[in-house]
Amino acid sequence: MCCGKGDKGENRRISNNEFRIRKGDGTMLKITNIAQSYRGSADEVVAVRDVSLAVNGGEFVAVQGPSGCGKTTLLLICGALLAPDSGTATVEGTDLYALPADARARFRAQHIGFVFQQFHLIPYLNVRDNVLAGALATGAPLPATRAEELIGRFGLAGRIQHLPSELSMGERQRVALARALLNQPGLVLADEPTGNLDEASGDVVLTALADYARAGGAVLMVTHDPRAGRIASRTLSMRAGRLA
Amino acid sequence: MNIPRLIVRELLFRRWNALLSLVSIAAAVACLLGALVTLRTYDRRAETELAAREAALHEQMARMEDNYRKITKNMGFNILVLPRDQNLTDFYSENFADKLMPAEYAQRLAAATNVASIRHVLPMLQQKLEWPEQRRKVLLIGVQGRMTYALKAGGEEPLVKPVPPGTAALGYELHHSLGLTNQSEIVFMGRRLKVSAVHPERGTIDDITLWVDLPLAQALLGRTNQISCIVALECECGWGNLPLVRQDIQAILPDTQVLELAGKALARAEARREAGQNAQEAIDRERRGRAEQRRQREAFAAVLVPLVLAACSLWVGLLAWMNLRERRVEIGILRALGLRQTHVAVVFLGKAALLGLTGAVLGAAVAIPAAAALAHTHAAAALQLIGWPALAQTLVLTPLLTMLASWIPAMLAAQQDPAHVLREG
Repeated sequence: MCCGKGDKGENRRISNNEFRIRKGDGTMLKITNIAQSYRGSADEVVAVRDVSLAVNGGEFVAVQGPSGCGKTTLLLICGALLAPDSGTATVEGTDLYALPADARARFRAQHIGFVFQQFHLIPYLNVRDNVLAGALATGAPLPATRAEELIGRFGLAGRIQHLPSELSMGERQRVALARALLNQPGLVLADEPTGNLDEASGDVVLTALADYARAGGAVLMVTHDPRAGRIASRTLSMRAGRLA
Repeated sequence: MNIPRLIVRELLFRRWNALLSLVSIAAAVACLLGALVTLRTYDRRAETELAAREAALHEQMARMEDNYRKITKNMGFNILVLPRDQNLTDFYSENFADKLMPAEYAQRLAAATNVASIRHVLPMLQQKLEWPEQRRKVLLIGVQGRMTYALKAGGEEPLVKPVPPGTAALGYELHHSLGLTNQSEIVFMGRRLKVSAVHPERGTIDDITLWVDLPLAQALLGRTNQISCIVALECECGWGNLPLVRQDIQAILPDTQVLELAGKALARAEARREAGQNAQEAIDRERRGRAEQRRQREAFAAVLVPLVLAACSLWVGLLAWMNLRERRVEIGILRALGLRQTHVAVVFLGKAALLGLTGAVLGAAVAIPAAAALAHTHAAAALQLIGWPALAQTLVLTPLLTMLASWIPAMLAAQQDPAHVLREG
């Protein structure tokens, strides 16, 4: 079902060894009593209300809910990009918002991977460099071999010198996936990763995320995609900033 | 993959933005270097022209000096030192000095180290008498037989050729009426003399003058070690300043009186000095005029160049801001991937520095041949006019200025909230 048609290599299951997750089982993500609101033009908009959640290594958690329910805000908080008004968020035991900004950025580079609905590839970098951009901020030597392995795993070896504009939507999202997984993060955050993809491409992405979780990583995905319920190990519903 | 590569790839990707920045930076640099070359070319040309005119003036003055020397020589000495008791009425009416003073006065005057206003010194003994053998009036003048004293000028050539001992020089009327020529023999007051010079007609008392060696004249007239006058030539510092000359001479020879003769020579000297002064003033005026023009050009450049630099900076800043707007999401992604604010600022400032350096090189590459063409010289000369230090400063300061122009967009980019951008999608 999730591994149907697609480019060469897309439907191949990826082994734990290939992903080489650094962390084993255990709580990868833990948020406690998170609340976040925005100042709107007229009044304050509460995006997330008293949300608590834990995602363990090896777990693929899908959060579903209507637009504007606070899913993306939740994801940004979990990704060390948005400090909540209240509550705590820890990744691999580290309190994200207790870290200074630079240390938090470095932590994000090393421990958290992002996949977005709009792919957000860098338009002037080819596939190889887009994937390697994921390691730009780690301060470590760039894992060129691993990048090429991932590119190969996602069936993009023939596209390695291509710019994002020369790729299909599915290919772009696979590049984004490879970039997210480059640093072997303990936690992958995916924001509507299949929203702009056809069914086959969406299947490839979901399968890759599921495989990653099976390899020991933690995946938190917010989505409208009904297939997520079937592939995720746990599905949560979000309404008006609350998890149900 | 690293930040410099990221910068270069982005530059190549958004090449129009980069090209517009490059063109404006190159134009500003070309304008700056062009102004520099133009000003320095103007300076060099003005200096060359003025130096040529000054050289021409000096040459002209030297020619006039030489002419004046010749004129003065022809007209005779212009200072006359007479014994104090010489009656000037007699002197002017008789055309010679009949009073006497010691011959040693001439040596004393020539040897004096504290007399600066005269140069050549010639002692004379004069007597109007009848040439007994020819029964006609002549003016006998005994002059220093060997040479004039020219001690003041440190060995200058004497102005008057000496009359060798045993010879006589004759004025026009004498040799013409008697049919005498050079090497003719005459007998004067019982002495047999050879004619050593016959002078052309001068229309003065010189025409009936007979010049002999001073010791001979002293012997013929029974005036041993005596002279009747000293003629001298003023140095330039003394021309037209008789009181100074008098003061100088009378300090050495208190028993004398000093007259200034040959007014025409003085007038010529004065005219020459005035002409020289006017020419020098004209050159000075031109120098001042050119300096004023230079100041005006400099003032124009001082306004134009900063204006161009400011316009260029604004333009580069605007392009950087447009670039920032275009890259908002990309910056958000880079931040999400862990790049810190510093990294983002480096991405923007590094790009500005690279554009600045490339623009400066391009600007110099355009400005040097263009300025050379405008200044009618070749590129190497234009480069020499700019000078390596100025060129190096331009190549260093341009990237810094470009970074400064991009500073605000770079800081805005660095401070951009990635969450805000990513939430907007």
